[in-house]
Amino acid sequence: MATLEIPADMELVYKYPESLTEAHTHYCPGCTHGIIHRLIAEVIDELGVREQTIGIAPVGCSVLAYYYFNMDFAEAAHGRAPAMATGIKRVSPDKVVFTYQGDGDLAAIGTAEIIHAANRGELFTTIFVNNAIYGMTGGQMAPTTLAGQVTTSSPTGRDVKIAGWPIRMAELIGLLPGAAYVTRQAVLDVLGIRRTKKAIKLAFQTQLAGLGFSMVEILSTCNTNWHMGPVEAMEWAKEHMVAYYPLGDTKMTDEVRALTQMK
Amino acid sequence: MAKELLEGNAAIAEAAIRAGVEAFFGYPITPQTEVLEHFSKRLPELGRVFLQAESEVASINMVYGAACAGARVMTSSSSPGVSLMQEGFSYIACSEVPAVVTNIMRGGPGLGNVQPAQSDYFQAVKSAGHGDFHMIVLAPANVQEAIDLMVLAFDLAEKYRTIVMFVADGSIGQMMEPAELPPMRPVRPPEERPSWALTGAKGREHNIITSLYLGAENMERVNLRLQAKLKEIAANEVRWKEYDTEDADLLLVAFGTVGRVCQTVVREGREKGLKVGLLRPITLWPFPSTRLGELAEQVRGMLVVEMNAGQMLEDVRLAVEGRCPVHFYGRLGGVIPLPDEILPELEKLDEECH
Repeated sequence: MATLEIPADMELVYKYPESLTEAHTHYCPGCTHGIIHRLIAEVIDELGVREQTIGIAPVGCSVLAYYYFNMDFAEAAHGRAPAMATGIKRVSPDKVVFTYQGDGDLAAIGTAEIIHAANRGELFTTIFVNNAIYGMTGGQMAPTTLAGQVTTSSPTGRDVKIAGWPIRMAELIGLLPGAAYVTRQAVLDVLGIRRTKKAIKLAFQTQLAGLGFSMVEILSTCNTNWHMGPVEAMEWAKEHMVAYYPLGDTKMTDEVRALTQMK
Repeated sequence: MAKELLEGNAAIAEAAIRAGVEAFFGYPITPQTEVLEHFSKRLPELGRVFLQAESEVASINMVYGAACAGARVMTSSSSPGVSLMQEGFSYIACSEVPAVVTNIMRGGPGLGNVQPAQSDYFQAVKSAGHGDFHMIVLAPANVQEAIDLMVLAFDLAEKYRTIVMFVADGSIGQMMEPAELPPMRPVRPPEERPSWALTGAKGREHNIITSLYLGAENMERVNLRLQAKLKEIAANEVRWKEYDTEDADLLLVAFGTVGRVCQTVVREGREKGLKVGLLRPITLWPFPSTRLGELAEQVRGMLVVEMNAGQMLEDVRLAVEGRCPVHFYGRLGGVIPLPDEILPELEKLDEECH
């Protein structure tokens, strides 16, 4: 990376995060994983915990996340990241541990693992990327696919009588006593991206303060498998996904709220 | 240390504790629940980690995580629970992290029952999970050996960075007999965890533990590395015990509980004038094939006795390569074959192999 000389009378206000490697990602043009990776990296940099952080990658589009984050990383079996994170955190309580999971990983095959990890109040953070589709396998119906949404495995649109309803994980996990901070955000515009970063930071701070399980669900897009342009996908998600998956906190304990008031 | 009267399952757990296990993750299942119960009491009082997981799937993935973090870790289960863990075995084997799993086998298939059985031999030895790999498989025949092999299990797992399965059956798990526990080893402090482990990328490049290798040639390279390691294990770690084989012209082959029963058969057979010996494999993988091949040149015939429909039998036949007749006697579904049933089979072998 080229280094820039900063003139003495100027301040560096934006730079490449130390918590990201310089690898080029494999994500499709227009994909929101890159934004979310960057937000996590910025937060870890700001908290100064890169050297004590251990991440767990899922099975899904972000399966190779360990190449992009400049920190220790494990790759989990499909859906099992919360169990792995539990194992890591329990034997390394001084480390900062997070899972990065998609909707198929977290809300279908790994439902038991995420619910029980949250319910035990495991002291790790989950970043849950909800784009309402299976991206890596080529656009099949996800547990979060909207009613009527066309995918390669719901070619006439998701029929809720057959496939059931899209699952609202932030609400479900917010109900559990072990969860300290659970929120749903969206990276569909600049304001949303800023709010998402704030939420990610609070989630990691919740972990660092030992307050309980923390999760940020992030509404995102898959323009490739939605067969849309990137901008169109953002608009579609704002119109349809946000309507079904309302943004905001589903759980914030008083102790977490107190963190937000600390300066 | 003096001998004490110990129950198999509790002795297994206590041996692991003495061997320095830092964490146990598991789920209750008969007939191994006492392993979990012993850990639930002892580990917290020693300041170590005990966690009852929501399933065997979660247990093995917690083990995988803790192993990635460089901790000495294990889980324990019984047949149906072990089936649920097989996904994790495959990931652990490919990622080359050390882990120990015990299977206190019970009657199957399906939910089966809770009687002692050996019907998971194929699963342990030949099909631990998807992909090309083997676990090291240790099979004790009594409580003392169970204790000794638990300690060995951790040493082998760490030496080869691999998964070690300890298979016993419900009768070893539930029986009480005098045995001696090893002295308490100190737990390895976190700062001494291995350099490959996920301990935070402080002053070094980031460590990645994965079992994903895209591209056929990439994955082939990983497989070749795993195969080379398995070859090394096969060359160095075969273990078995022989009883009265020096002059034997008939050989019993049996492992675990029924291996112990066959010691009585050897004695009774000798009393009847049969020159019978016993080979009891202790490592089921790697298998004592070379030694069995040598004995195939020495004896007139072999009788394999198992608490299954004839699973190790296949490995014995592969080792013997037709050099002598190999007979089989087995009981299924949790029935333990007794000397009174085995001895007539041995006499039949004697008559048929002149």
